[in-house]
Amino acid sequence: MSFAFWAVTALTVAGGLAAVTLKNLVHCALAVSVAFAGLAMLFLQLDAQFAGFAQILVYIGAVAILVVFAILLTRNADTPKEGGVFSRTWLAGLVVAAAVFAVLGWAVLAGAKGLPNEAAAPAVTVQQIGQALMGRYVLPLEIVALLLTSALIGAVIVAMHEAVNEKGGAK
Amino acid sequence: MVEKADQIFVLLQHWLVSFLPAAWQHAAAVLLGVVAIIAVYPTLFALAVLMERKGLGRMQNRYGPNRVGPYGILQPVADGIKSLTKEDIVPFRADGLVHFVAPLVLVVAVFMGFAVLPMGRNMVLVDMDASLLFFFAMGASTELSVFMAGWSSRNKYSLLGAMRAVAQMISYEVPLLLSSVVIVMMTGSLSLERMVEAQNHYTGIFPHWFVFTPWGLAGFAMFVIASMAETNRSPFDLPEGESELVAGYFTEYSGFKFALFFLGEYVGMFGIAGLGATLFLGGWSAPFSFLTWVPSWIWFFAKVEIWICFFIWVRGTLPRLRQDQLMNFAWKFVLPMTLVNLVDAAVWRFMGEGWLRWVVCSAIVLAAYVLMGRVGMRREHLGPRSYRYAE
Amino acid sequence: MSPLAGYLLVAALLFAIGLAGALTRRNAILVLIGIELMLNAANLNLIAFWRYGPHPEALTGMMFAIFSIAVAAAEAAVGLGLVIQVHRHAKTTDLDQMNRMKG
Repeated sequence: MSFAFWAVTALTVAGGLAAVTLKNLVHCALAVSVAFAGLAMLFLQLDAQFAGFAQILVYIGAVAILVVFAILLTRNADTPKEGGVFSRTWLAGLVVAAAVFAVLGWAVLAGAKGLPNEAAAPAVTVQQIGQALMGRYVLPLEIVALLLTSALIGAVIVAMHEAVNEKGGAK
Repeated sequence: MVEKADQIFVLLQHWLVSFLPAAWQHAAAVLLGVVAIIAVYPTLFALAVLMERKGLGRMQNRYGPNRVGPYGILQPVADGIKSLTKEDIVPFRADGLVHFVAPLVLVVAVFMGFAVLPMGRNMVLVDMDASLLFFFAMGASTELSVFMAGWSSRNKYSLLGAMRAVAQMISYEVPLLLSSVVIVMMTGSLSLERMVEAQNHYTGIFPHWFVFTPWGLAGFAMFVIASMAETNRSPFDLPEGESELVAGYFTEYSGFKFALFFLGEYVGMFGIAGLGATLFLGGWSAPFSFLTWVPSWIWFFAKVEIWICFFIWVRGTLPRLRQDQLMNFAWKFVLPMTLVNLVDAAVWRFMGEGWLRWVVCSAIVLAAYVLMGRVGMRREHLGPRSYRYAE
Repeated sequence: MSPLAGYLLVAALLFAIGLAGALTRRNAILVLIGIELMLNAANLNLIAFWRYGPHPEALTGMMFAIFSIAVAAAEAAVGLGLVIQVHRHAKTTDLDQMNRMKG
């Protein structure tokens, strides 16, 4: 477990913690972008180059920008938050999250004896990925394409302004 | 002798590294490459700034800066001294950390892109399998820094400029990627080195550059347009137009941080020019087969400089596009053209050698351009004037 | 602790952080951020198992992760569109105040 792994893990976890605890929303969005970048570096350490660069391109280049735009479009200017940023039921949520982590951590550590260890790095070329996408995984690829198209159209329709008649009321 | 001139930097690197023990040699070689990139591109940036101001001045029928040195050659030095010694003003209510980090993120992301550009024969810093994807990933990271700069200044003009810039960059990122995907399709690899090697052949004296094919020419045109929009260059520079938004998202920056933004923008221009030269113009290969004795890195930098001159020329010539015209253009013309280009490249590939595929593919591209560009983008007649009041 | 266990623990920790964020914050957008973190943690899990598993050349884990990234992006887009529309209607994104079925 090299120093690089621990450094990147610390960065990612710090980003994640900052993202869920900070008060200012845009700071949360930027912190989660740091977490995404840390995760991309973890992917690169696992020799998954294509997944790592796709993670940067999609998450930091698109999802983070989406989140930031949504924050800016849903601001209530200058109204102070009553009750703070955490929900009334924050304790229950925290307990549930801690319980989930405990269960997962126990599962990982208890099964550690049976986990396969250091294997040789797989030499995966992008050409193999392309051929897999067009060969064995062509059906999921087409379904994801359909899903993305419907998500695109759906997002536009959901967020569109309602057209208003001159006589009043929405069309 | 020709070989040595071509590989002079590689040989220099090997010679310098041979002084170190074997365990450190690889790291030292990479470090030398990084230092070279960090030294060369800001120098080119200084030259480009000077070229831009003189060039724009001449196009606007005036001299550019000509006071500081003979013909104004020392102007970049004066600019550098000015930027470094100006007071660094941070607005009182600005978000301190984000305001500080934004130019850093921009410069880092932009310089990372140079790691995968092949600047000469055997002169790539990192030869990855998915290097084109890495370059675009770094380009996508610059959008976040633009937004950070605009938002942290707590200034309406900055925020507006940042939103416009981000919307523009996102809109033109898709045509940029799609016009490069055509090249990926034809070479079968995402690695920039393979793309240059695929273009390094000659029939007679003419090179096999991708720009000399119908789909390559259309892709090149789309790439140029999209790259001008990605780097916020005129005619797409509404986000930073001086007459519109003060200075857009870097209104509240002064001194060295402004110089960093400026550096980031120009170095980003160099990066994308380098990518365009690699993808379409053959990278480091010579234009004619009798010119291969000239070192390969000279050809690469010459092509990058030609791109920069073209950017400067377009800036001095065309008027600025309005935000809605810009987005309209991206989504309704450039994007469909890139998709048609993909189909065109596929047709080229499957038609086999011969003159027929030239005719068919050129016809497809021309027909698409005429239909979508000339007919589809014709402006609607202006209706009666309508007013919208702020609510 | 083997490298695989290390990566799995990191993924579990990120998942728990994302879950905590999704369950404890008031703002709807932060819930979405928490969900994105959870999806990313699952991706890390997939890639870690692909890398240290018995058949990395079958590319199963990598493909799964790539499709997961694409689907997560689509879901973020639609989710944020919904949040914007709800904000337009209710003038707030505070989830504690959206506790009635009446529109």
